[in-house]
Amino acid sequence: MSDNAVASTGEKAGATPHEEEVLAELTAPVPEVGDGGPEMVQLLTPEGQRIENVEYDEYVKDLSDEDLRGFYRDLVLIRRVDAEATALQRQGELGIWASLLGQEAAQVGSGRAMRPQDYAFPTYREHGVAWCRGVDPLNLLGLFRGVNHGGWDPNEKNFHLYTIVIGAQTLHATGYAMGIQRDGDVGTGDEDRDAAVIAYFGDGATAQGDVNESFVYAAVNNAPVVFFCQNNQWAISEPNERQTRIPLYQRARGFGFPGVRVDGNDVLAVYAVTQQALNAARSGNGPTFIEAYTYRMGAHTTSDDPTKYRVSAEVEVWKHRDPIERLKSYLVHTQKADQDFFDAVEAEGDELAVTVREGCLNMPDPTPDSMFDHIYVEEHPVVEAERKEFAAYHAGFTTEGGH
Amino acid sequence: MGTMTIAKGINNGLRAAMERDPKVVLMGEDIGKLGGVFRVTDGLQKDFGEDRVIDTPLAEAGIVGTAIGMALRGYRPVVEIQFDGFIYPAFDHIVSQVAKMRARSLGKIKLPMVIRIPVGGGIGAVEHHSESNEAYFAHTAGLKVVCCSNAEDAYWMIQQAIESDDPVLFYEPKRRYWDKGEVDETAASRPLLEAQVVREGTDATLVAYGPMVKTCLQAAEAAAAEGKNLEVIDLRTLSPLDLDTVAASVEKTGRTVVVHEASTFLGMGAEIAAALQQRCFYHLEAPVLRVGGYNLPYPPSKLEEEFLPDLDRVLDAVDRSLAF
Repeated sequence: MSDNAVASTGEKAGATPHEEEVLAELTAPVPEVGDGGPEMVQLLTPEGQRIENVEYDEYVKDLSDEDLRGFYRDLVLIRRVDAEATALQRQGELGIWASLLGQEAAQVGSGRAMRPQDYAFPTYREHGVAWCRGVDPLNLLGLFRGVNHGGWDPNEKNFHLYTIVIGAQTLHATGYAMGIQRDGDVGTGDEDRDAAVIAYFGDGATAQGDVNESFVYAAVNNAPVVFFCQNNQWAISEPNERQTRIPLYQRARGFGFPGVRVDGNDVLAVYAVTQQALNAARSGNGPTFIEAYTYRMGAHTTSDDPTKYRVSAEVEVWKHRDPIERLKSYLVHTQKADQDFFDAVEAEGDELAVTVREGCLNMPDPTPDSMFDHIYVEEHPVVEAERKEFAAYHAGFTTEGGH
Repeated sequence: MGTMTIAKGINNGLRAAMERDPKVVLMGEDIGKLGGVFRVTDGLQKDFGEDRVIDTPLAEAGIVGTAIGMALRGYRPVVEIQFDGFIYPAFDHIVSQVAKMRARSLGKIKLPMVIRIPVGGGIGAVEHHSESNEAYFAHTAGLKVVCCSNAEDAYWMIQQAIESDDPVLFYEPKRRYWDKGEVDETAASRPLLEAQVVREGTDATLVAYGPMVKTCLQAAEAAAAEGKNLEVIDLRTLSPLDLDTVAASVEKTGRTVVVHEASTFLGMGAEIAAALQQRCFYHLEAPVLRVGGYNLPYPPSKLEEEFLPDLDRVLDAVDRSLAF
């Protein structure tokens, strides 16, 4: 009884000040419109001022001015593709579109940190990563237009097909990484050989069992995989506080690997943090969880209406953190780019938009009997019987109608 | 040529596949030192190492989900699910990812993986250890579903499943694991996706697979003593279904009883009966009858002998068929 009495006086039995600190940190509420907190890695302020960071500066120190202008170009062009796709959906040319507006830096920063032999497993919003991997944007539109489920060869670009089921791809990524280990393509020191996998998902996916299982499998196998969570604050209409009680990056500790929160609207910081994590994975030091703290400026998809579930003041806060404006300010005041450059990128964006629009409108519908293709590698009698039945049924119309 | 159990047949088949192709890896819970809860993978980790016989964490979605990734990297994973009733956490990966990835990729991807599932009841187990869920997967396009019933097939079919470039669900009749049979490890194997007439007859056809093949053969023996000559077909493949072999038999006998452990409602028997009435309508002397589990959750084991089709229920159905 005396022990209880001591505990009730406020001196928690056995709890050191450090433990109390940790507990307080773990149970601190998630801010409604946070700025990521002091632990968030940032190399560029929203105003475009460079911040020194002892740990991460080395990952960006070799970037040339041309590299930085390349980042800017990526950000602008993929935003332009996204805007055009959104417009095409509104005009009835796409069934649906999942916009990446606001998340360009998280995707370009991480996508550009990959080496050719690395492999990305995306969800369905990673248009910027696809861009960095060289996937034709029209292929992305094909999925949303309904002409295919993803028309690119995943092994040609080392960019897997979009995965709609939330979080499922994190396990595929982990298994792929286990394959890399078995191929001996980890920790050889050969820059062209050592490989890693990066798995993309959103904050909502962190609630999924698959994501948690992938953390377990990656941890116990020390798999070369980077878990890249774009915390865009909203899982359709559910805010962060409906998904988690602790900052997401802190979860990694419970699984036994490092977690880091990065400003997802700061392309330099994302590039640096992803470089570090991919390097660690490639050299055999296992997984890292990256929480890119960002914001989905638009709707979850063109089917929902964000004005029903979030306030405009929140959007205004995030407009100030725009990833493109931030890099542009930096390039301007450090004189790494001039107006001619920005004008040229703008013009390139206009041309790209035209290409995307025309490509979308001219995209041929798949032939009806193609739906019987590629179900199995080996011939399957049931599929073949139905293919013949389908062909005979359609042939009946041409002979009867005489058209 | 040697005599071995079904479990040993699968074990030897896995061993042969692993020796032949270094990309074949096994994944599952307790498959390493323990050799699996049914000892089907006994000794394989010792001989092939922990990198090829992978003891996984206890998470079925994780097992199948990571196996997908291994297959995408060029491996041929063979995963073991401990019991039929534990497949459901991995259901999403099997039907939404494994089955569809080839079609989604317009043929750019193949997923050569095998999912081994000990199936069925009759071993006095607690709940979730005795289920027959093959219809869920046979219903899903993109998968192949097979079920072995004897040691010879166990040995060959597991190797053929592993060699298939399509994903295969491989059902193993757990109450027959210890049944012995002749295995010729040098003979040419019969095709994976082909049913087999395992007993010739003229009066009626019994169609079965997995654990019920033995029951049907016993029923045919008993019927023969009463002067009835029954043909027995071991389906072996459930998807694709080898209807040609079944139809040829039905056109000969005119009467069919389909037997399986799974509930008859929307089970394999429903598909077979429907397909036969479309294809063999003028040859049928009686409606296609089904003998299977009742439409219930698998009962406590003290009642499983009532739930599972046995020799008498099969013979009763044969009598009803012959009475038409």
